[in-house]
Formats: sequence, C-alpha cells, structure tokens
Amino acid sequence: MSRATLLRLAVLGLLLAFLLSPQRFAPLFAPLTQYGAPPIYDQGNLLTLALAQLGTVCCAAAASTLVAVGLGILVTRPSGAQFLPLSRTLVNVGQTFPPVAVLAVTVPLVGFGEKPTLIALFAYGLLPIFENTVTGLRTCPASVLEAASGMGMSAGQRLMSVELPLALPLILEGIRLSLVINVGTATIGSTVAAKGLGEVIIAGLLSNNTAFILQGGLVTGLMAILLYDALAALERRVCRTVQLD
Amino acid sequence: MISVEKLTKQYGTTTVVDEVSFAVERSSISVIVGTSGSGKSTLLRMINRLVEPTSGRVLLDGTDTRSEPAHLLRRRIGYVIQGHGLFPHRTVAENIATVPRLLGWEESRIRARVEELLRVFQLDPLTYAGAFPHQLSGGQQQRVGVARALAAEPAVLLMDEPFGALDPIIRAKAQEDLLDIQRRFGTTIVLVTHDMDEAFRLGDRVAVMSQGRLLQYARPAVLLTHPADPLVSRMTGLSDRAMKLLSLTTAGEAALPGRGEGPAVAASASLREALSELVWSGAAGAVVIGADGQPCGQLTVAAILARGRP
Repeated sequence: MSRATLLRLAVLGLLLAFLLSPQRFAPLFAPLTQYGAPPIYDQGNLLTLALAQLGTVCCAAAASTLVAVGLGILVTRPSGAQFLPLSRTLVNVGQTFPPVAVLAVTVPLVGFGEKPTLIALFAYGLLPIFENTVTGLRTCPASVLEAASGMGMSAGQRLMSVELPLALPLILEGIRLSLVINVGTATIGSTVAAKGLGEVIIAGLLSNNTAFILQGGLVTGLMAILLYDALAALERRVCRTVQLD
Repeated sequence: MISVEKLTKQYGTTTVVDEVSFAVERSSISVIVGTSGSGKSTLLRMINRLVEPTSGRVLLDGTDTRSEPAHLLRRRIGYVIQGHGLFPHRTVAENIATVPRLLGWEESRIRARVEELLRVFQLDPLTYAGAFPHQLSGGQQQRVGVARALAAEPAVLLMDEPFGALDPIIRAKAQEDLLDIQRRFGTTIVLVTHDMDEAFRLGDRVAVMSQGRLLQYARPAVLLTHPADPLVSRMTGLSDRAMKLLSLTTAGEAALPGRGEGPAVAASASLREALSELVWSGAAGAVVIGADGQPCGQLTVAAILARGRP
C-alpha cells in the first residue's frame, strides 16, 4: 500500500471517528472554549449535518452537470454554435453573482430551507463544468471525428460513442472542481436554515465559541479534500480506459 | 462502378472542384493526384458525401448516391484518411468492428471478421486485438486504419493520402500490401495523393488535377507518352519520364524469347530495375527468371531502351 493511500485512509478514519463519536474529541477542543461552554457542538448531530450538506452539494452538482453538459453539447453542435456567447454569459453570471446574493434574492421567492441553497450552488457550479465540456468536445482530434463520420456514424452516434467518451476526463475534472468549491460554499446555506455544517460555524460565531467554528470548518475542509481526492482517482481510471496520451 | 458526372463544388465564389467527370472500373485503382489546393481531397469527399456537391452527381453501380441518407451510404464505402483517425479510446478490435457494429452484424460474425482482417494485415490477433491505438507503431496504426475501412466488405474504398504520415520504407511496404489486398478482395479503390511516384505505382488510371479542374484521366503510360496538357508533363516530370515509363513495364512483359547471357533479373522486376542492374554490372543483356525460378526469356539493353520512349 502506498503512502498516499495510507494517508487517505488515515484522514478518512479521523473524519469518521470524529463524526461518529465527537464527544471523545472533547478534551482536544476544551482549551478553545471559555466559561465552561460545551467543547463539542451539542445542538444537533454532526454526522447528520455533514451528510445533509453533502447531500445538498451532490444534488446541486447533479443538476449543474446535467445543465452544463447539455449546454456544452448544444453549443458545440453546428446548429447551436450561435448560442455559445449567450450560454457563456449565463454561466459566468452564475459564477460572478455571489451565492449569498443568490440566497437573498431567492429566499423571498422560494422560502427558507434547502431550496435557495440548492439554487445558489447550482448556479455557482455551472461554469467549470460548462467550460470543461466545451473544451473537451472542441479538442477532439479532427481526424478522429472525420473518421467517425466517414465510417457512417450519424451525428448522434458520433457524439455518444466518440466525442463524449473522449471529452469525459475533462468533463469529470469540471465536475470535481464544481463539487469541491461547493462543499465549502454550502456552509452559507445555514443562514437561510438549510441543514449543514454552517449551522455549527454560525453557532460558534454567535456564542463566541472557537471550538464550534473550528469543528464546522475542519469537517467541511476534510470532506472537500477527500471528495477531491476520490474524484481525481476516478478521473485517472477513466483516463486509463480512454487512453489519451 | 463509380461514375462521377460534372461534379462541382463552390464555396461562395471560389470553385474548388470544377465540372469533373470520370469513371472508375470495378476492381481497379484510380489515383487522383494534384498539388495541394487542387481540389483532389474535396473531390474524393464528394464521393461519400462528406462534402455535398454544388452540382453534378456521383453514380455508384448506376444509382445516384443521393438516393439514401449520407451516413447509410458511407457504411457501404470504406474510408481511410491520413493519420489513420483511429478511435483512441477503443481497442484495435473495437476500432475494426466499427462499421459491422453500425450495420448490426451478429457478434460472432464480427469477431470472425476482425480476426481474419488482423491476420490479413499481419497483426497477431492475440497480441493486437486488445491493444489500444497508441500502443502501435505508425505502420501498424495505418494498417488498422485500412482494416477498419475494409471491415464491412465494402465494394469501394476511398483513401485520402493514406500513406502520407509513413516513412519511405514503411510506405513502400504499405503500398505493396494495399496492392495485395486489392487483388485479394477485388475492391474498387479511389486514392488521393500528391506523390506522383505513388500514383504511378498504384494507379491503373491516374487523374491529374490542378486548380479544381481534371487535366487528364488516363493510364500512367499514356500520361507520359501523350500528356493532354503541358501541366501534366510538368507534374509527371520531364527529366526522368523515360525512367518512369520503364518502371511501368515488368521484365516479364518485355522479355524476348531465347536464352540470353548476363545477370538474372526477376520477371516481376520493372524494366527500370532491370536497366539499373545492367548499368551496374556492365552487361549488355540479362536472363529473365520467372516466378518458378526457371529462365523465361532474355532482355538486352537496346530492347529495354526501346521501351523507354513513346
């Protein structure tokens, strides 16, 4: 087993141990508290909060992927090329518009809870997936595409069996970027009552409890790192089967 | 077999191919040769409708190629391009199986065909069927490209500078292999090249193109002896036209009766090679050796030289 794998397993083990029985880590966090405040977040189950946040992020990423890949395919077709500037503007707006501002705008429309967070994360995650899809589809070697058409593949067959498989490593990379950015961003969802680790951080800020802030931040950070790592491993696997050199 | 009638392609006001007509006989090789920008590739790509003609038509066995959807037409026509265009994410076997899969062949028939083609192209199925294109050498990739084009047993094979990316030694071997395979499967081939030597070597007929127009379409020897246009003789080359003409005839075809004296020359060798041998050895005549290893005639320097002029 390589050292990288060992490190990965160690980090995963640490995260799981903390989420499953946080009280055991109380002595570690106690020095960060004042006036006998609880060292471990006690207003909710940390594991549930972490899973809820992960769930929100994954739902948003699935929706971003669907829309961004769909748009990417559309604008790389000859018939859809004219929509490229418009699509690019839209996904850029999604990225430039701060998620907090999206929350402020959407709460009056859809109410408090998960929905505004999902919308904010969805908009925020479009850009990397879209740009990578467009790049992936555009950089397919011209000779391969010509051969595919010359063999008698229809446009749809060419897309499904040649273009998308060749673009897959880049598309996955876009999804990975989007997911990792959003694991962190999702914490702000707690300001509009979405379940997540932001709740822990906000509670820490309100009660001046550094231990809470640190717990929320650390768990979020470790989840982002592990997710990034797992998706990178998946990409390497795909690259091997796609055989791009 | 293939009949090209007044085929024209215009992009805006530029005419890339200008009213080109020619016919390709069944089981023959026609080579379209021309400088870059002469419209030769566009002409080829109009045969399988990768480029749609502005006017004119192409008949395949008497049927207009526009009578069926373009992608269905292309499944019946093999297509090989420069740099092979193999699918990098698919194995050699999967690459070769592309068109049979599109046509919905049964899996067992596909497997048998892939194996047969790998053997024909001297690629051991055990080693190469599961390999990916980037694991092969340039020559092997090129062979897989041709095998893929032939997989569904097309009657017609279109080749666009198929040997352009190969080094001279591998290229000569690839040309030899192509001739073998063409004889074996009886495929009708239309091949595009900018290399006049390749055109002379492979073509039963050669079409010379310049600036979108077809200057002449004839047997290689006729291009040398009766060029229809000064440009044709410029392109075939004036300085070594006699040698080119000699290279079109084999020693066996030109052999005179009788048992001569001198070095042995294979009947399959060209007169150019025979002459070179005589110059090198300083002999005045040669013995022609047939495929069975027995002498089948003789050649003299004078007889060879007489073949090198119209």
